Amino acid sequence: MAKSQVSMEVNGRAVEALVEPRTLLIHFLREQLRLTGPHIGCETSHCGACTVDLNGKSVKSCTMFAVQANGANIRTIEGMANPDGTLDALQEGFREMHGLQCGFCTPGMITRAYRLLQENNNPSEEEIRFGIAGNLCRCTGYQNIVRAIQYAAAKLNGVPFQEAAE
Amino acid sequence: MIPGSFEYHRPSSVQEAVGLLAKLGDDSRAIAGGHSLIPMMKLRLATPAHLVDLGGIADLKGIRTDGDDIVIGAMTTQHELVSSDLLTSKIPILRETSLQVADPQVRYVGTLGGNVANGDPGNDMPAVMMCLGAIYHVMGKSGERRVAARDFYQGAYFTALEGGDVLTAVRIPVPPAGHGYAYEKLKRKIGDYATAAAAVLLTMSGGKVASCSIGLTNVAETPLWAEEAANILEGSTLDAATVKRAVAAAEAITAPASDARGPAAYRTKMAGVMLTRALARARSKAHG
Repeated sequence: MAKSQVSMEVNGRAVEALVEPRTLLIHFLREQLRLTGPHIGCETSHCGACTVDLNGKSVKSCTMFAVQANGANIRTIEGMANPDGTLDALQEGFREMHGLQCGFCTPGMITRAYRLLQENNNPSEEEIRFGIAGNLCRCTGYQNIVRAIQYAAAKLNGVPFQEAAE
Repeated sequence: MIPGSFEYHRPSSVQEAVGLLAKLGDDSRAIAGGHSLIPMMKLRLATPAHLVDLGGIADLKGIRTDGDDIVIGAMTTQHELVSSDLLTSKIPILRETSLQVADPQVRYVGTLGGNVANGDPGNDMPAVMMCLGAIYHVMGKSGERRVAARDFYQGAYFTALEGGDVLTAVRIPVPPAGHGYAYEKLKRKIGDYATAAAAVLLTMSGGKVASCSIGLTNVAETPLWAEEAANILEGSTLDAATVKRAVAAAEAITAPASDARGPAAYRTKMAGVMLTRALARARSKAHG
């Protein structure tokens, strides 16, 4: 089918490209824009490894066509660090709290957690677990992911982070 | 993983969308949030030659009051339902149900219209709409018509929609203030489709059930409106014996599939359990 022109803003930069209508946003990001941070972890829209932040929403980029994202403002994991290159609070939290093992789910986790903290800047553990229900991890058992997000919330709120007792 | 090729259309009005779907015929599909259709296309279970994207049609968004009803645009996302103060105060069962649909990412994009129009027996909103007595606004080749949710579902993926039709809005009569409500959903894990689920709306007066409405999800080829079960409960105090009779009446209309969520007999029993829990929770919320 004839290609369509799309333009969007990705990680702060304007992007123009030609895509087939059937090109999924995840494939567009990874293969045409070479942003390989978002991952493809399943075939069924369950795992969330492909999660991006699009127009202020957490979106599974494997379940959207690039043409549907025409005009959108998108942030991927590649756009999370601070302009001076230092890690943002979530990235720091995942490092400090060992919130990853293989790292495959991590870009999607951090991108989703970013929006979660925008929705609710002081989530309880239950709210965090419910809030990341669209992101699956096969390695960690989620405990340290939750801690990483709590760490980031505390840092963003300017309060000391207190780990719950085991 | 990679869908088949298609031509992409993005109309800016309902008229244009209906015209396109009518002209392009059976090989065209409307796409709303796409979180049922795109997964099917990725598996090549659906291979439309044309997609008509409803995402650019402003008239399909919005939540408004119209007399005693609230009218919700079909392209309203689950997230917008959850975030609506109007809906949370007037029709709180919607927020409770929506939070049990899928996961945050799916709720940001998935729409109410898509959830009710698709005819997928696993979708949660249809049974709730039947429970609420909702009416669907449908625009087609011959103009607008309205179809009661209770009359809309004919079989798995079969609804009252015909070629060229677009469901444009959902009209819900606002339940009386002080009503009790619950959506009780059994699932293997958070975000899964229901093993069995029950929607209950009721009003109480002097400690007795004044009105009751029950919907059941994913225990038949269509969502079910358990009219007889609800009638049994009306006038009762929700005493154990009457609830048991109502549950039996609800179980009797189920015909679930045996699948990875469990054998049919189990799912029927779980529909009964979900109904029992939903009745108790709805009762606890009701005034009177």
